[in-house]
Amino acid sequence: MMQEGLDDGPDFLSEEDRGPRAVNVDLQTDATLQVDISDALSERDKVKFTVHTKSTLPNFKQNEFSVVRQHEEFIWLHDSFVENEEYAGYIIPPAPPRPDFDASREKLQKLGEGEGSMTKEEFTKMKQELEAEYLAIFKKTVAMHEVFLCRVAAHPVLRKDLNFHVFLEYNQDLSVRGKNKKEKLEDFFKNVVKSADGVLVAGVKDVDDFFEHEKTFLLEYHNRVKDASAKSDRMIRSHKNAADDINRIASSLYTLGTQDSTDLCKFFLKVSELFEKTRKIESRVAADEDLKLADLLKYYLRESQAAKDLLYRRSRALVDYENANKALDKARAKNRDVLQAETSQQLCCHKFEKISESAKQELIDFKTRRVAAFRKNLVELAELELKHAKGNLQLLQSCLVVLKGNT
Amino acid sequence: NKVELPPPPECVCVKLSGPASLPAEDISTNSNGPKQDSLFDDDPEDLFAEATEEVSLDSPERDVLLSDGPSPAITPITPPCSLITPHIDMFTHCSFDEIEEEEGGDSFDMHISVSDPEKVGDGMNAYMAYKVSTKTSMSLFRSQDFSVKRRFSDFLGLHSKLASKYLHIGYIVPPAPEKSIVGMTKVKVGKEDQSSNEFVEKRRSALERYLMRTVKHPTLLKDPDVLQFLESSELPRAVSTQALSSAGILRMVNKAAEAVNKMTIKMNESDAWFEEKQQHFDNLDLQLRKLHASVESLVCHRRELSVNTALFAKSAAMLGNSEDHTALSRALSQLAEVEEKIDQLHQDQANADFYCFSELLGDYVRLITAVKGVFDHRMKTWQKWQDGQILLQKKREAEAKLQFNNKPEKLQQAKDEMRELEGKVQQGERDFELISKTIRKEVSRFEKERVKDFKTIIIKYLESLVQTQQKVKNIIIIIFSISY
Repeated sequence: MMQEGLDDGPDFLSEEDRGPRAVNVDLQTDATLQVDISDALSERDKVKFTVHTKSTLPNFKQNEFSVVRQHEEFIWLHDSFVENEEYAGYIIPPAPPRPDFDASREKLQKLGEGEGSMTKEEFTKMKQELEAEYLAIFKKTVAMHEVFLCRVAAHPVLRKDLNFHVFLEYNQDLSVRGKNKKEKLEDFFKNVVKSADGVLVAGVKDVDDFFEHEKTFLLEYHNRVKDASAKSDRMIRSHKNAADDINRIASSLYTLGTQDSTDLCKFFLKVSELFEKTRKIESRVAADEDLKLADLLKYYLRESQAAKDLLYRRSRALVDYENANKALDKARAKNRDVLQAETSQQLCCHKFEKISESAKQELIDFKTRRVAAFRKNLVELAELELKHAKGNLQLLQSCLVVLKGNT
Repeated sequence: NKVELPPPPECVCVKLSGPASLPAEDISTNSNGPKQDSLFDDDPEDLFAEATEEVSLDSPERDVLLSDGPSPAITPITPPCSLITPHIDMFTHCSFDEIEEEEGGDSFDMHISVSDPEKVGDGMNAYMAYKVSTKTSMSLFRSQDFSVKRRFSDFLGLHSKLASKYLHIGYIVPPAPEKSIVGMTKVKVGKEDQSSNEFVEKRRSALERYLMRTVKHPTLLKDPDVLQFLESSELPRAVSTQALSSAGILRMVNKAAEAVNKMTIKMNESDAWFEEKQQHFDNLDLQLRKLHASVESLVCHRRELSVNTALFAKSAAMLGNSEDHTALSRALSQLAEVEEKIDQLHQDQANADFYCFSELLGDYVRLITAVKGVFDHRMKTWQKWQDGQILLQKKREAEAKLQFNNKPEKLQQAKDEMRELEGKVQQGERDFELISKTIRKEVSRFEKERVKDFKTIIIKYLESLVQTQQKVKNIIIIIFSISY
């Protein structure tokens, strides 16, 4: 079942059941087709997602069923959309990023190596921290894969795609292998050609005001989202580092408190306790920023790229159309292969118009989704930051009262 | 409905003054003036404070520690015998914590501030001159409100003089601030940027804390070098400051520690108090260093956070500009504004962290090194006494032999030597007992100070955190209320 709302972010402290998170998209719930990821398993190198479907559509054999899929199979699905000419006029929902636990795993390993140099309490604490971090990354990757599927399921045309149905229903391995070196190289060249072409095509001034405006807008927007995303990541990382420091300070104060023979021992212990608590809040602040801000920006980075791709395809079709027109004129002038040229021109025209029509709607929808998602997340972020600030303040003030009272 | 944001917390300088803040030490201020006091004091320790030149003439470090500058001549005072007969009972069950409480006299009333750093000269010969202002009602001083100009090497000179006089007899002499070639070079070269300003401020604050710690020590306060430092308008230039730097002194202290480790006869610590305290200070040293490192790391990361928040704010503003949905555009601009204000707060927070907490920890790490040095000196004193006793024993055996062999001239010589040695051994024992007694007192005082310092600073630090948090809260509320 697809949940619209958002719970309070991943709770590092409890093992609550994660609900699906439609964080970054504002999607209509549709009873005819609901998709979610009900479970996920992290094995050494891969993550296995359990894709759960509920549908009243006649296309499926059952009303409710589940299959297990891996990341590569999501990519295969996405690529099949991109390569399908029929879908040239739609914003293809961006593919989920590859699950990346490397950094987290490295940290856990370093912790294991450094076990001898810290006290047992410290080690346990850091281990819990890292495990929580691992869990958070895990939840995120699940959410991102889920969002992809939900977007496809919500799209009036893409939801009917045959590959999609196979993806959802076929309960055997899709035998989708990752691209081998040759194919990766081909992809690379394709991208090079595409970006060169994109530059050429972008130079073509569009008669249509709407698209001309969208082109300028998207280009600028995409770059700025990229920048904002990178900067927000750095900011959040600094925040996490500061929280880690506070953790270490709390540990040191605790040790000092247990060792001291003077009045200070109670003092240190109380302050240590305070820092433990404020550190947890700081971590939550960083985590919330990560979820509501960083993830949001990352998602719209990918979506704006997908929108740019759409515009590119349209421009490409326009260029083809214009070329076909020129070819037709030439053919008519020479009175040779006119029929061929006419058919070709008609095809191009039809393709172009089809793309233009659907692109317009797609871009309008994109804007609506974007505004709604930003609004929701920014408001939620502000609410959470306020809550944390109040919590922090209260902790500090009550601790001060105790400390001053004792001196 | 605008909310007035309170002004950012200013940098916190530790002001340690006022009668309530100190245990009542005996700082009797007779109208006779500083030096003559000592002979009439109830506290016998002060007599020996003046007589330090006599006590350990052959301590190797001392020669290096002695400054080249003129020190006021100190006449060794031979204490009347009745006062120095060691009372073994004193050490075993007397609690020294109580001794100081009842010694009345004037309560400590003195406030020193180091201010107005001024660059004097140009190029590599330039230096910073600081104004040292003293406000006091104590009769030790010629006036109640006076100031002098001092440079950093003057402070180092003062410390070296005090260290050479008091460290080896068990007084915990507060270490002077560290030298910093990098920091000073920037200032000399005339780099007027934030980091060199911070350096000067950091140093100014450290010098102030150093002086306050020094004068809060009842014995050091009365030292003529200290008085001269505070009052004289002209001070002879302290030379060879490399040897005088606190790092240099700490190296000496470490050498003493090494010598102790190499001692062939391990001191049989009959006094559990010393063993316990040694352990305590070792642990404290370890933990404080760790804590200090963590706090410095926090300061660093908070500064980084501030920089990154500012960058993000600009980026969010740009994003807001491109967004063509007006309400969202406005919201993003507001987000940028919030982030920028929070960035400023993070800066202030980093300063509070640094000046407040980190500096205190740094001071105590250095102080504890001095404490450990003092403990090591005690072991050396014991060593000397033991060596004397062994030598005496040998001489006794030699004398017995001479008596047996009937050599009258040599016998007389031997008897004379022995008498001298006996005197030395007795002196050695007295020295040892004295240093032990002094250390107990010093440690008790030190611990009291430590407790007070930490409580005060931590509370100040937390209060500054509260202020920051309140501001963050207010900023969010403002933005929140005008958001769509």
